[in-house]
Amino acid sequence: MTISIDPQKTNNESLQPKGWLRYFSFSLDHKVIGIQYLVCGFLFYLIGGTLASAIRIELASPMSDFMPRDVYNQVLTLHGTIMIFLWIVPVVNGAFGNYLIPFYVGARDMAFPRLNAVAFWLIPPSGLMLVASYFVEGAAQAGWTAYPPLSITTPQSGQIIWILSVLLLGGSSIFGGINFIATIIKLRRPGLKLMQLPMYCWAMLGTSLLVVLSTPVLAGTLILLSFDIIANTGFFNPVLGGNVVVYQHLFWFYSHPAVYIMVLPAFGLVSEILPVHARKPLFGYTTMVFSIMGIVVLGLVVWAHHMFTSGTPPWMRLFFTIATAFIAVPTGIKFFNWVATLWGGKISINSAMLFSCGFIINFVFGGITGVALAQVPFDIHVHDTYFVVAHFHYIVYGGTVFIIFSSIYHWFPKVTGKMLNEKLGILHFIITFIGFNLCFAPQHWLGLNGMPRRVAEYDPQFQFVNQISSLGALLMAISTIPFLINVFLSARNGKDAGDNPWNALTPEWLTSSPPPVENWEGEAPLVEEPYGYGKEIS
Amino acid sequence: MTTLDSSKEIQKNNSEVKETHEDFRMFGLITFLIADGMTFAGFFAAYLTYKAVNPLPDGAIYELELPIPTLNTILLLVSSATFHKAGKALLKNKNSESQKWLSFTAFLGIIFLICQLFEYFHLPFGLTDNLFASTFYALTGFHGLHVTLGTLMILIIAWQARIKGGRLTSQNMFPLEAVELYWHFVDGIWVILFIILYLL
Repeated sequence: MTISIDPQKTNNESLQPKGWLRYFSFSLDHKVIGIQYLVCGFLFYLIGGTLASAIRIELASPMSDFMPRDVYNQVLTLHGTIMIFLWIVPVVNGAFGNYLIPFYVGARDMAFPRLNAVAFWLIPPSGLMLVASYFVEGAAQAGWTAYPPLSITTPQSGQIIWILSVLLLGGSSIFGGINFIATIIKLRRPGLKLMQLPMYCWAMLGTSLLVVLSTPVLAGTLILLSFDIIANTGFFNPVLGGNVVVYQHLFWFYSHPAVYIMVLPAFGLVSEILPVHARKPLFGYTTMVFSIMGIVVLGLVVWAHHMFTSGTPPWMRLFFTIATAFIAVPTGIKFFNWVATLWGGKISINSAMLFSCGFIINFVFGGITGVALAQVPFDIHVHDTYFVVAHFHYIVYGGTVFIIFSSIYHWFPKVTGKMLNEKLGILHFIITFIGFNLCFAPQHWLGLNGMPRRVAEYDPQFQFVNQISSLGALLMAISTIPFLINVFLSARNGKDAGDNPWNALTPEWLTSSPPPVENWEGEAPLVEEPYGYGKEIS
Repeated sequence: MTTLDSSKEIQKNNSEVKETHEDFRMFGLITFLIADGMTFAGFFAAYLTYKAVNPLPDGAIYELELPIPTLNTILLLVSSATFHKAGKALLKNKNSESQKWLSFTAFLGIIFLICQLFEYFHLPFGLTDNLFASTFYALTGFHGLHVTLGTLMILIIAWQARIKGGRLTSQNMFPLEAVELYWHFVDGIWVILFIILYLL
């Protein structure tokens, strides 16, 4: 059976508001939804960043003098939850996925446009609910992991709002994942083969598989946790005969893949950006595809490496150490492929390229510490110290957030039709790169010397290094200013970009900037070689 | 369920105003059911782990009677068959017959829920008595929620099938096929649940 689309019915343009108002409407246009995700995510990034600054101000001195200890716990919980569930996941999946995937598969929209809009509109209310819980009766205090029995014994209302909010965001994520899988597999333009898709499609396919397979487990776990909190059951409450380790297993069954949900799309995006600005084909396309799928499969069976100190039996430690070490292989392949893509290319040093290169450098650090953390003896030494914090931020900020900025510099001309200011962009990169490394590199040392994470007070001997770290955080906060100025000024007065300012070959550049409502005036173009650079001179 | 096999039928006609594409709503539903199945998988994994590593306190009651759940298993399996009958009847444009089968299926679903509630009221343990009791109620309750939603959806499509040429016809089988797939899924989950919870 086929469905026929009546243009008058699907694109009821007369009913949709025009101009900027459409970003506040229940729009079904994948491009509008993508921008909604991006801007909404960025606003939450500013909130999460403010909370991060508060944490670093508190940690500039060994005593808890800037805020009380329980407020500190609330702030770090909100910071983690907002950054993961409201900034990284929605932006790197939802924003760029919605904007780019229909172009890449040669479609006019996502497979399920209404589901798509619903998935986005679940995010603002749940985010506001989460932030509002802080002002009502105190936010959740148990960290973004919400480990019981801590999450059962801390004040209940904040924890329950936290659970509700994460459940809604998980639902949004699952709807998005279903949509991406259907779009990439089913909505491809006739004649476009799977192995001709731009790499971001493969990354999003892998990510969406992880979302669909692992997020529901988190939902189930949080439902059980809320029973423990509200109904006095004892699933995870040792006093009532429950088992806290079961929570950790179920939680990490989602939350380890969640790391790949946050970083795989970034792998895809950097694979789009590097070939364009190095004027070379992406090195090793096939190995890239298999590496992504390898990471998806392995990513589902490594979760217990977060639990080496939870009384995990030796055979389990052995299995999860080996499985985790294996992930270094596909990740390493991808890393070498990116370097090989740059090798001998005609590299243009612009903001997008700089942020992508920053990603490669930071990600190597994060990857190496990740392999180190997978080794049981080392992990037992640094478990729950600032070493883990440093590792995690090297992956998620140094990796994914750098790529989000790189992608904004790369695709801003397509979205708005205006170029961003390069000088401000390079300034943004320099401050971010220095600030980021200044903030998180010293935390490796802190962790190795035994400074625990998630505690408002610490041994005074660590004060100097903590102050360096706080200085880095200050630079990171400042780095947002040139970025915001750049975006607002360029959107207004930037120079016209034209349809294809980078001379890129991927399909989204083959339409006008900004693209029309159904992406193409006529039939969607068939792009068989999205990375055919170097062959165009004929 | 024939919709998935027609992937070769992709057509694009630029000369016409209308563009057509393959119906992939069923594909989306299957993806969703995989996700839903993973929620149950998480619950099952938790239950089996508890059974393996968390001994119940002395004197804890965790005996289950078999007659009602066995009856419930039969009810759901029969309802899967009657749902299939409804689809066949609709395909032959016999709307009233299809509507009868659908109503009967919904009736079986309601009987299932009543039996489940009856079992709840006559069990010797409550939600918070021990770990087994909590897991039992969480698993059967979450499944019962699925049966409730399924029954409501069956009632809706039974209402839609009341007139020929209405929303549910042999040309537009998707609502029926979608609910049917969901119903078979819920049945399948019950069979696994019955084996793990009552028989093991």
